[in-house]
Amino acid sequence: MSAAAKPAKLPAGGISRADPYAPKGLSLTLESCGAILLALIWVLPLAYAVWAAFHPSEFTTRFELTAPLTLENFSRAWAAAPFARYFLNTFVLVTLILVCQLVLGTLAAYALARQDFWGRDVAFALILAQLMIMPDALIVENYRTMAKLGLVDTITAIALPYIASAFGIFLLRQTFKTVPKELDDAARVEGASPLQVLMKVYVPLARPTYIAYGLVSVSYHWNNFLWPLLVTNSVEARPLTVGLQVFSSTDQGIDWAVICAATLMTSAPLLVGFLLFQRQFVQSFMRAGIK
Amino acid sequence: MNTRATATLHGWLLLLPAMACLALFTHWPAVASFIDSFYSTPRGRRPARFIGLDNYQQMLADPIFWKAMSNNLWFALGTVPTSIALALLMAVWVNDRILARTWVRMAYFTPTVLPMIAVANIWLFFFTPQYGLLEQIVAFFGGRSTNWLGSQDTALYAVTIVAIWKEAGFFMIFYLAALQTIPPSLGEAAAIEGASRWTYFRRIQFPLLMPTTLFVLINAMINAFRMVDHLFVMTRGGPDNATTLLLYYIYQVGFSFWDTAYAAALTCVLLALLALIAFIQYGWLERRTHYR
Repeated sequence: MSAAAKPAKLPAGGISRADPYAPKGLSLTLESCGAILLALIWVLPLAYAVWAAFHPSEFTTRFELTAPLTLENFSRAWAAAPFARYFLNTFVLVTLILVCQLVLGTLAAYALARQDFWGRDVAFALILAQLMIMPDALIVENYRTMAKLGLVDTITAIALPYIASAFGIFLLRQTFKTVPKELDDAARVEGASPLQVLMKVYVPLARPTYIAYGLVSVSYHWNNFLWPLLVTNSVEARPLTVGLQVFSSTDQGIDWAVICAATLMTSAPLLVGFLLFQRQFVQSFMRAGIK
Repeated sequence: MNTRATATLHGWLLLLPAMACLALFTHWPAVASFIDSFYSTPRGRRPARFIGLDNYQQMLADPIFWKAMSNNLWFALGTVPTSIALALLMAVWVNDRILARTWVRMAYFTPTVLPMIAVANIWLFFFTPQYGLLEQIVAFFGGRSTNWLGSQDTALYAVTIVAIWKEAGFFMIFYLAALQTIPPSLGEAAAIEGASRWTYFRRIQFPLLMPTTLFVLINAMINAFRMVDHLFVMTRGGPDNATTLLLYYIYQVGFSFWDTAYAAALTCVLLALLALIAFIQYGWLERRTHYR
């Protein structure tokens, strides 16, 4: 957690002033080659999965340009497991978590940023403790709590440990602190209640932070696996990640083409979203990380 | 009611929902793990009873625990420096006006947005003996066949590589953001002094990136104890516990063997390690930056 740098914009057309250390000529070519080579290595596993998923199984390990394209692997994967239900579960899960995180986070961040009250610093320290003790480490006790609450095998149980997010509270607190006090005072003079001030002044001004945090939260919980695996055991509650694991670890073991198709299918919404809104994604992760 | 008391009431009311959730799912479980680690696991009609340090003694005598600890240390040593160095290299490259810069940046970052469990399937195939992609590449160059994930000598390297691949692009983002805040005037001044590019990087850019490096370092260390998803697909901790990491062992003890008391003791070790990382952060990082 460092306030090392201000959120910077990605350069659209490069830096305005000439950088004396910008590589030119041969060194630029060499550097580009190195960067592109590493990028190719980085996309290789994904490119390979795309190849396997869109070609018949006999071409999974044979690379021929003339290999026929097919969508059959996707339809077989879709038919072999209740992926529609898994998609719905994941969608409900990430929405539930995000909405709760934003509501709880906004209220807490507002108190921490702009109210001066007894015990505030202790409360802040207690909240920050979650940055260190992440929910993943507490699977044993949290499972026991869910069992006592009778929530095992529900989407609520997957969501509950994550809905109060120290990271989100911290991020919003930092943003709320940058809101000019004058705006707050002006709204109060107009007769706005504290809650109205929060909704009309702070929340609109923190929009970029909400978007940044939202993208990070959605991609984190779309991808989360360990806790959902433990706390669910039926199709009705399983998110995509767990569904994919159940699907690929049973008798599908051999047919890589179908597994690759299922793998791409589960990652597709995030991947397509990322490719379409690449800049926003990268900037959001930047903004969220620099806190 | 005076204003101070009202402010306190308002403040705590606003905090209440978040604090209640944190108390129930973070603070209490951490304390409960500590308490449970001194009790036996309740089985059938036998309730848990106080057994003092027996769970910890069992741990000291447990070869799988020590194997998991040493695996985790090697995993951390393998992932942390490599992913940070790669992230820095990627950021420096992508920060320059290289060819296809947008595409390259996207390629580096893509693993971050993909589910670990999904990419682990792809990597599993990549490492498959005989017909996996890696085998084909090795065979093309005349190498001999290796069962990368099935051999105790190579399995931990294989899962380490996957973790580096997943993380490096994520850390690149922070370096990229920090590089772009370095004022161009510093580069101009260094150029007037006749510093080489390497000198400029070593003496100016790298020191200015130090806070970012520390931030990334802490994150990488926490991740080294948190990333276990790919083990479920690729190795299940095997062969012969060669890739069992601490959190994966907690999962096995708690949810396969249902020895919850011993799992609580293992959780305490994990929490102690995370606390140690946090203290390093406080001693080192917080002195430089202040939240206002």
